[in-house]
Order: sequence, then C-alpha cells, then structure tokens
Amino acid sequence: MSQTQDPTPTGVFDPAETGVLQAGLGAPKRPLSDRIPVVSHLKHSVGWQRTMLVTGLVLTGLFVIVAIFAPWIAPYGYAQRTTADGQDFGTLQAPSAQNLLGTTVSGFDVLSRTIWGAQTALLVIICAIIFSIFIGIFIGLLSGYFGGWIDRILVVIADAIYAFPSLLLAIVMAIVISHGQSTLWGGILAAAISITVVFVPQYFRIVRSEVVRVKAEPFVESAKVIGVPTLRILTRHVLRNSTRSVPVVVTLNASEAVLTLAGLGFLGFGIEATAAAEWGYDLSRSVSDVTSHIWWTAIPPGVAIVLVVLGITLVGESLNDLSDPRLRRRRRAAVVAAEKEAAE
Amino acid sequence: MSDTTRDATVPGAGAPDAASIHNLKVTFATDGDPVVAVNGISLEAHAGEVLAIVGESGSGKTVTANALLGLLPETATLQGALIIRGPHGDETDVVHASHAQLRAMRGRDAAMVFQEPSTALNPVYTVGFQIAEGLRAHHRISKREAKKAAIDIMRRVGIPEPDRRVDDYPHQFSGGQKQRIVIAMALVLNAGLIIADEPTTALDVTVQAEILDLLRTARDEFGATVVLITHNMGVVADLADRVVVMYQGDIVEQASARELFAAPREEYTRKLLAAVPHVGRGKSATQDRSVPAPTEPPEGSLVVAENLHIAYPGRFGRTGVVAVQGVDFWIAPGEVLGLVGESGSGKTTIGRSIVGLTQVVDGSLKVLGHEMRGTTMRGLKKLRPDIGFVFQDPATSFNPLLTIAECIAEPLVVHGRAAHPRAARGRVDQLLDAVHLPTSYGDRYPHELSGGQRQRASLARAIALQPKLLIADEPTSALDVSVQARVLELFAELQAELGFACLFISHDLAVIDEVADRIVVLRHGTIREQGTTAQVLGDAHDEYTRRLLASIPVPDPEAQAARRAAWAAAEAADTEER
Repeated sequence: MSQTQDPTPTGVFDPAETGVLQAGLGAPKRPLSDRIPVVSHLKHSVGWQRTMLVTGLVLTGLFVIVAIFAPWIAPYGYAQRTTADGQDFGTLQAPSAQNLLGTTVSGFDVLSRTIWGAQTALLVIICAIIFSIFIGIFIGLLSGYFGGWIDRILVVIADAIYAFPSLLLAIVMAIVISHGQSTLWGGILAAAISITVVFVPQYFRIVRSEVVRVKAEPFVESAKVIGVPTLRILTRHVLRNSTRSVPVVVTLNASEAVLTLAGLGFLGFGIEATAAAEWGYDLSRSVSDVTSHIWWTAIPPGVAIVLVVLGITLVGESLNDLSDPRLRRRRRAAVVAAEKEAAE
Repeated sequence: MSDTTRDATVPGAGAPDAASIHNLKVTFATDGDPVVAVNGISLEAHAGEVLAIVGESGSGKTVTANALLGLLPETATLQGALIIRGPHGDETDVVHASHAQLRAMRGRDAAMVFQEPSTALNPVYTVGFQIAEGLRAHHRISKREAKKAAIDIMRRVGIPEPDRRVDDYPHQFSGGQKQRIVIAMALVLNAGLIIADEPTTALDVTVQAEILDLLRTARDEFGATVVLITHNMGVVADLADRVVVMYQGDIVEQASARELFAAPREEYTRKLLAAVPHVGRGKSATQDRSVPAPTEPPEGSLVVAENLHIAYPGRFGRTGVVAVQGVDFWIAPGEVLGLVGESGSGKTTIGRSIVGLTQVVDGSLKVLGHEMRGTTMRGLKKLRPDIGFVFQDPATSFNPLLTIAECIAEPLVVHGRAAHPRAARGRVDQLLDAVHLPTSYGDRYPHELSGGQRQRASLARAIALQPKLLIADEPTSALDVSVQARVLELFAELQAELGFACLFISHDLAVIDEVADRIVVLRHGTIREQGTTAQVLGDAHDEYTRRLLASIPVPDPEAQAARRAAWAAAEAADTEER
C-alpha cells in the first residue's frame, strides 16, 4: 500500500474504478453546447426523436420570427381596412393580388391579421410563463421543503384548481380582470393572468415533488450538518437541483397558453379586433362564413393555431423523452464504431 | 486463458459445460463514444461447479452475468459466442437467439438470483403465485400441482411452515427469507445454471452465511451449476470451486479457488487479496488485551450518552419507531469509537442524533457539553464547527452542481472563515493536499471523480474547520476493497495528525478493527457488548458478538471451511438463546 503517497495512483488500482461511468473524467468542464438545455438535447438525439425535435424547433422558430418581424412581413396593419392610398378592401373579398388571402367580414386583410396574431400569441405566452414560473417555483420550494400544514393547504388548493375546467377559470379571470373587453396590453395581461392561475399549480407540483426528493439527499443533510442557514440551503442546494423538468413543462404549457388564448378569443373574452389581431377572435367571426363557402377567413388562423401548438408540443415532448436516459434512443455502438472507422 | 485444464475434483466432471463463453465482447452505446464493457473474454462454467467471477466495480462482471441470460439493454452490442446448455440437452446461442428462443431458455436452462431480493419479488402477488408462475410458463401444469410444487420447494430452501406461508406476500418475509424464495424460484424449474449476481451484498453478515449455505445446497443436492458474481473475496473462498478474476473488461486470472488463494499468479490478484481487511490484523493485534476497558466516561468526554432513547416521529403526533432503547456510551477526546451492528441495530440513528438529525426522546445525550434532548437546530449552531460528518455514499453527499472546491469551501463560508468560495481557495487547496488529491481536482464536478476520490474530498470537507469530533457513517461501504484500504489508511493518518475524536459506524468488523480503539456492539437498539478492540474482537463475551465474528467469511478456503463449522455451532447456540 505504498501507493497512498501518490495522489493519482495509476496501474492496477486505477482511480477510474467506476469504469463505464467515467467517460468524461479527463475533461474539467463540459463544453458549453452540452449545458444549454435545448442545444444539448439536439446534439444527443437520433432517429425519429431527432426528426420530432427538429420539426418542432423549425415550427417554433418560424413562429417566433414571424411574431418578431410581423410589422415588416405583414402587407397591412391588423386593423387596416383600406390600402395606403385610401381605397377600401371591401368585406369578404376572395383572395386576390391585393389581399393574398382575402378579407374578413369586418374588411380586414386575413393574411396580415394571421401574421400579426403570432405577435399577440407570443406576448401572451411570454407573460403567462413569466408570471406563473416564479410564483409556482417559489411556493413549490417552500411547500416541499418545509412540509407541514402549509404544504397540505397548498396541495389542496392546487388540487382544487386542477378540478376546475381550466377554460372556465380563465373566463372568470378574464371577466374579473378586464370586464370582458379591452385594449392590447389589457387584453394580453388578462389572458396571461388567467392562464397563470391554471399554470401555477403545475409548476408548484413539479417543483414540490422534486424538492421533496432532493431534500432527503445526503448532500442537503450534509449542508445541514455543516450548519448552513436554511435560506442558503434552499437557494444554493435545493432550488438548483429541483428545476430539471421545468423546461419541459414550460414548452408544454406554452402550447396550452396558445390554446387557452384562442379559446378565450373564440368565446369573445379576448382582445378587441381594433386593439390587436387574435386568432381565436378571427375564428369565431368566421363561423358564419364557413356555411356560405367562404373558406379563406377560417383556415389561415386555424392552421396557424395548429402549427404553433404542434411545433411547441413536439419540442416539449421530445425534450421530455430526451432528458430521460431510459427513453432516449442511442445509435447502436457498432454503427458509431463503423462511422468512426469510415471517417478515419 | 480459456485453456485451463479441468480440475478432476469438480463434481459432475464429464458432463458438458453448462455455459461456455467464447471471445465475448460487449459494447455499450452512450451519448459519447461507445464504451467497451467486456473485451473478448472466454470462459466455461463446468456442470455442477460454483464458478465465481470476481472483480471491482467496472470490471464487467455483472455485464457478463446479464449477457448469459440475454438481459442486456438495447444499447448493448454483443459479439462472439455465448452458449447455454440445459440439463435436457437444449443448446442456445444467446448472441444470435431470437426473443422466443431466449424466453424459452430463461428459467428452463438458466435462472438468475438478483442482488436485492426486495425488488426482485413483485409486492402485489403472493410468493406462492410467483414461484408457480415460472412453472406455469414452461410446463402445462394445473394450479393445484403448481402450488404443491411451490410448497415443496419452499420447504427445501428452508422456509418454516411452507404450507401456511405460501400465501404470504413478500413484505411478510425477512430479507434473508426473500432471497431464499428468489433462489427457490430458480430451483423449482430445475434450471441447470443459476446465475447469482451479488446474492448476499444487500444482506447482513449473519444472513449472508445462511444464504451461502443454501447456494451450496443448490449445487450439492440439486446438481445446479452456480455462476457467482461478487466483489467479496470471503464469499468466494466460502463457496467457489473455480474463480475468474476480471479487471476492466478483461480476464486477469482463472484458477481453482484453492490455487488462487494459496498462490495467486497475477500481480492484480495479489493486490486485490492483500487489500481485503481481516479481523485480527488491525488494532486488535497491537492493543494489549489485558488492559481493562474504562467503565466510566473520562473527564472531558466529547460525547456522553446515558440511557439514550431515540425514536422516529410517527404520523399525526403519535410516537413512531423507537430505534434506540437505553444506550450508554461515551467518546473520549482523541479516541476512535467503533459502532458495529447489522441493519436495524440503530447504529446510524445514533450517529445522526449526535448532529441533531434524529430526535432524542428519553435519557440524555451530551455532545461537547450541550444537551441534545429537546434542542433545536438553532441551538446547535455553535456546535457545528466542532463536528464533522462523513456520509456513506460519496456520490450523493456532494451537490452535483457545485465544484469540489465550492463544496469543500461551504463550511468555511458558512462559519465566516471566508467571504465567498473563491476566497477560501487557499485553504481548500491545503485540505485537498491533506487528503492526497491534486489541487486541480477542486475545479472538477463531483461526477468527474471516482468513488474513492469523492470520499477523500468528503473527508476534506469534514475536517475543513478542524473539528474536535468526526462522525463517519459507513464511510467505506460504497467503495471497492482496494479503494477502501486506501481511504482507511488516509483516515488513520489524518486522525493521528489532527487528533480528532471519532465515532466510526460500520457493519464490517474487519474495517472497525483497522481504525477503532474501542468497540460498541449494537443489536436491535441495545448494546450487546462494549470494550477495547482487542477484547471485543479477540475474546468476545457475548453470544451475538461471537456469532457476528464467526459469520464473516475470510478470504482463505481452508480457514473458511473450519470457520463454517464454528459458525454452525454459534448459530445453534444463538437460536437457543432466542
């Protein structure tokens, strides 16, 4: 046992006695691309899981780009009824060179409203997630770590909100906040806050269950034994280890936010047509057109909703599968070896 | 290595090999490069023998065992040949067999005994049903006949009252009995080959001896071939006819058990055997046995427990499980007190109560002069810098998101010795140096260190504030034997240098012998024996202590055969006492 003096013993008693698990031993830090959630997932995906993720990312990316650049992409404004030189579009006009996807019953350009609608949807998604994520994580952390009666009450409230139909809850919130109708930001905030009420319990649940698991881990006990104050344990040791599955829930909730917003708009609790373009509102106005063979008012906003929800859901589902090593598919070792040989 | 001549004394020689592996290579696909777990090994399990495959973690022994039954996950690629020959003449090449062929082979020709019996049995079915399930999968047999067969096999593996207990659920059996039932499930199908993957690792040492006895019966009475996967050289010496030593996916040495222990050929095998701790080689050999053990806590004792009771809180304010009932002990300055016991003895509970993680309900526990009964976490704050704690599993006792240096700096920052982790780096480097880790390791994350290195870092964190008292809860039980030897050596070195007192908790008497000055033997929350290491290990007065000592298998087949007889005698005596 003279080897004790040697800080890095080699030879038969190699320090890498955990063998298989020690793949990254030499590297002091993982490359940056491995530590950013979505990028690292993309790097490690193969086969149909990769196809799903790439499809989702392309659709979502397209959505975000359209939303950001809407003022430049859209031929007209969302509440514009006339061309630049004052000529009326007319109502329910079929697609033409002037209005590529025709006009609505109120005389708006359908293509422009669909493009502007992406901006409203993105703003609502961002607001809803920012509002719900902080509250959800904060109360999940407290509830999971301290337990006791606070925990029981919060869990009961979360369960009660689950039991409510989320759209009904959103309608009630919309009425309370904005009395039904409102301006752009009023409408967006009303929609975002009503969605928040539905989402907070989801973040709460996920973070709480992770915290309950993490607080029993020896490294938290070891922090207690060292005498680390509770606040420092919560922020430095528990919180950072409990938010692993949050990115997945964020993407899944984003698609739900789009649906809830569309639902609110469809039922007439959304944003006024002159304040912002909103897909659900446009859909509800086009219901009567469908029966009179006017297809161009209903299909564009409908397809937009489907594609955005599909794209975000695909990203979320693939992240979910790829984060779990048991669900993640890997290339067969033989294939990888053969490829390496070919490369050499 | 595959051309080892067959030992003529092996029972059943002449029959075809139960399993033969030729040039087997197993590769796993990972997120990074493919990992070769088994690198072209060849070996045979002769009919009717116990073949032990030994090695440290990462040696590929478990992968080999799982490959025998075709149980490897989808990410594994097998190359080479792997033939299982059943007692009825069926031959299966596991590498190329279809799923249906594999399913037919499993159970009929080869069966598996898993490490953790609690998870190998389905909790919602009776054990009788689970034994019968295998029978009904392979034979056309009525329910009644299957149950009769289940009762019969339970009797033969030594479950008392099998007629009644056949309808019990797994949770109604003890750990050892569950492992017996898992073995019964393998035996009832008359499988020629039983693969036992660390069958006793999850069990207490006294139960381990019983299970090893049962596996011996499986070979002798049922004529089964046993492939035993283990890291415990004592278990190998007790049971194996032939031994294969593996290291990092390769076979290092292959020999009969007698030969291997008497004259190991390879350097690696020699080192592996030398690293195994023995009772009687540590402090018990150097202490003077005639010096009487102190009976009163000396002046200035760091920990004094009097009639200590510890309970876990039950639901809704009711008293829960009382884990420790009326224990008296003390830790004098600078001494190492070994706390020994099997699972459920309350040894870990006592260690945790000293740092306030479990609640003292009755009696008194004074730690550094502070009464722990009725104290709060806040009240303990001023004691924290004087107590260090080393946890059992180094893999989970570090925050995975912080670097090793940040983890070690944590006590320094919290107790105001440094403003932030970077400011503590100088002291952290000193500490890393003290535990023989290169200072550059401070920038690594815990998962980038091996188990032994992590446990050294854990020691560094525990001594960061130069505590007067260190609690070490099974610090080496998650480590390989060679790594354990080095960590124990480091521990002794630090203790001599810094002079802290220590409560060293372990289930392994041989480990305790290496480090402890005095020993307390616990069972079911009460103290069975207490004295100097030389007295307890050399001249035990208590029946239970003697039984514990006799149960430990020693890595020497000749000596182990003699000890087995002694164990059987002690067992009988203890049964009477109970």
